[in-house]
Amino acid sequence: MTAHLPVLQVLVPLVCAPFCVLLRSRTAAWLLFLFAALASLTCAVLLAVRVGGDGAQRYEMGGWPAPAGIEFVVGAFNTPVLLVVSAVAVVVAVYSRRSVTSEVDARRVPLLYTCLCLTLAGLLGLTVTGDVFNAFVFLEISSLSTYALVAMGRHRRALLASFRYLVIGTVGATFLLIGIGLAYAVTGTLNMSDLARRVADLGDDGGGNRALYAAVVFVFVGLAVKIAVFPLHAWLPGAYAQAPSAIGAFLSATSTKVAIYVFCRFAFTVFGTTLVFGTMPIDRIGLALACLAMVAGSAVACFQTDLKYLLAWSSIAQIGYILAGISLATTAGVSAGYLHVINHAVLKAALFCAAGLLVLRLGSARFTALAGLGRRMPWTFAAVVIAGLGLVGVPPTAGFASKWALLTALVDQGQWAVVAAVLASSLLAMVYIGRIVEVAWFREPAEPGTGPTASKAPASMVAAIWVLVLASVYFGLDATWPAGLADAAADALLANGGE
Amino acid sequence: MTTFVLINVTLLAILIATALTISGMRTLYAATMLTALFSLVTACLFVLLDAVDVAFTEAAVGVGISTVLLLGVLSLTRSREAVTPRLRRLPGAVVVLFTGGTLIYASQDLPEFGSPTTPVQTHPLTDVYLRQSQEDIGIPNTVTSVLASYRGLDTLGELVVVFTAGVAVLALLGPLMQPAEAREREVLDLVDYRVLRVVTGMLMPFILLFALYVLFHGDFGPGGGFQAGVIFASGFVLYGLVFGLDRAQQVLPRRVLWVLIAVGPVLYAGVGVANMLLGGAFLDYDTFAPDDAAAGQHIGILLVESAIGVTVAAVMTSIFFGFANRVESSR
Repeated sequence: MTAHLPVLQVLVPLVCAPFCVLLRSRTAAWLLFLFAALASLTCAVLLAVRVGGDGAQRYEMGGWPAPAGIEFVVGAFNTPVLLVVSAVAVVVAVYSRRSVTSEVDARRVPLLYTCLCLTLAGLLGLTVTGDVFNAFVFLEISSLSTYALVAMGRHRRALLASFRYLVIGTVGATFLLIGIGLAYAVTGTLNMSDLARRVADLGDDGGGNRALYAAVVFVFVGLAVKIAVFPLHAWLPGAYAQAPSAIGAFLSATSTKVAIYVFCRFAFTVFGTTLVFGTMPIDRIGLALACLAMVAGSAVACFQTDLKYLLAWSSIAQIGYILAGISLATTAGVSAGYLHVINHAVLKAALFCAAGLLVLRLGSARFTALAGLGRRMPWTFAAVVIAGLGLVGVPPTAGFASKWALLTALVDQGQWAVVAAVLASSLLAMVYIGRIVEVAWFREPAEPGTGPTASKAPASMVAAIWVLVLASVYFGLDATWPAGLADAAADALLANGGE
Repeated sequence: MTTFVLINVTLLAILIATALTISGMRTLYAATMLTALFSLVTACLFVLLDAVDVAFTEAAVGVGISTVLLLGVLSLTRSREAVTPRLRRLPGAVVVLFTGGTLIYASQDLPEFGSPTTPVQTHPLTDVYLRQSQEDIGIPNTVTSVLASYRGLDTLGELVVVFTAGVAVLALLGPLMQPAEAREREVLDLVDYRVLRVVTGMLMPFILLFALYVLFHGDFGPGGGFQAGVIFASGFVLYGLVFGLDRAQQVLPRRVLWVLIAVGPVLYAGVGVANMLLGGAFLDYDTFAPDDAAAGQHIGILLVESAIGVTVAAVMTSIFFGFANRVESSR
């Protein structure tokens, strides 16, 4: 059965989704999602062990050899993403039980878990597939289910946020499809390894083939929408902030991260570094946009008056760090990018989960509701502060480890402008985290009894938050495990997918 | 050859003219009808390219069901487009021109149209799909071989996309609606027109039979689960339009639809799991008949196509019901 692990990784959540619809019970649907998340985490761990031992694992669908059929490839470059996505799914599954019940109409809950299973399956499929068109199919599954999830938010504004995301996201997906189509026309294949070979055969600079250049442009613009790279980020704040809290936590930790992984997969192992970073200026564009994202994202975050929106804008800045690392196209840079993918996923999930707890207890995550929080809910406040310091990158936290790796990689390449942007963004992060502390600790509490309040924080939600917070602290104190994963991933990518 | 070129040029000219007209229109009903025309012309172009399966799908989905669904949406909203200020249209125009420019730039190095030496034609894959498949799978329609077997996972994925769309519509319109309550009898149902009633009654068996034919004929000619599902759904939609939603929902109650939506992905993935239990890879239909690979492939493809047909029909019908219920309860 272990030979089937790559397909089981995706299949279990995929099959759980229709069963959620068939059983039509809230508890059953939740149990199915929990089961799907646990099963994917088990698969991811077993696969990571196998990849560590025997190198990349390939699985041929339907028994058809690779270019004729579709293959799944699990290597050092995607195991970290599989681990992050499925681990966050498990935590969110625990967290979601109470959070979702309090925020979503009971009749919609089974459908919410259906969509959550589908998103999980889509993201995992996108990560393991070794076929470009199959990647598009999984992108469609994850995107469509995400639109539905965002639309289930508490306020009517969630519908607008979802519609916005749907329109922008569909344009992005279409661009990706056009790019894949052009690449197919030029090479005659959809398999990633085969594509890479045939692109390489065209010559170092793609043989001057303009259709191939356009393919690269379309693929990367399409992915940039999904990553929420700075000028294409407009969908993100509304989508994360208006979605039900558990969904916001899950999406913020996983969906852009998987898109970033797909970006790496296309850049390093499909089109190849010489074409993407040599002939075409994707690296320089990436660095420039990363700087803009870091500064603008953090600056806008400073002016938000709702914790969830603040966190969403901070995500845009953090995506900038990851993009900067990857755009360097050096082992150290890509490794720093991967490390920050892991650390940011943990930190942002923790913060969004905490925001969801505040919504449950206080009825809102607006700053007016948060006033005096530090004295009423000291533990939640502590969790927010610890994870917030991680976002800033204060020394013994996870954020520091990845930021330090990124700065080292940037200094190695002499990218002083980007270094300055990272530092400026960190200062701004200090400002917006400081604002939360100011509101929560120093401001007098507003008159009690505004909005629906729960008297006690549910243990499952508190546990989920603290698991994430403690994980982030642990990754800050002892970064060997995530850093080892990130280094292996970077090595595998730069060695052309470890083939 | 010249007639071919002439037909192609004419069709493309009609296509461009339709697209330009649509983009200039404010009345959404007319725009919807023109998008149907757009799809019809596209379908004709696909036929000229010998992509009959794609043409069939485009005709069934683009012209048929999506037009009906769009009209269903329009009956809920205003049917006139709001005016966007000129200044706000500018960024859109820039993006469109940039995208079009990149596509034209790309087209300069695209392989020559219809040439036998394009990378796609010379890739060994083409030989596998066109020749080898006759031995491996043994069905005349290679499109079905590629779709249901070689790239079966993609098709499972597309089925899940349809399923997701159905779930999304149910989540937004479904369980929060109480169709049984507060519904007034309409003044004049279409059912009061005798001609419509009789003709629809006569057509129904033919539509459903045709859908079954398309479903099972996919091995030999254009057709398959997606097209069949859409034809099934259009049959039910027609029935619902003429005999009223109540009677359509008596024939196909929501509870049944809800189950049918989920049956397809379960069946499709179940086939794959069965293959794994029989000792093959996921979706390796050969394992169904170890002595005769082609027979196994036949069984697998048949099951998979049926799974697609069921879910596509159920999703399309329930999307229509979802919108139509909304219309009736908002009256």
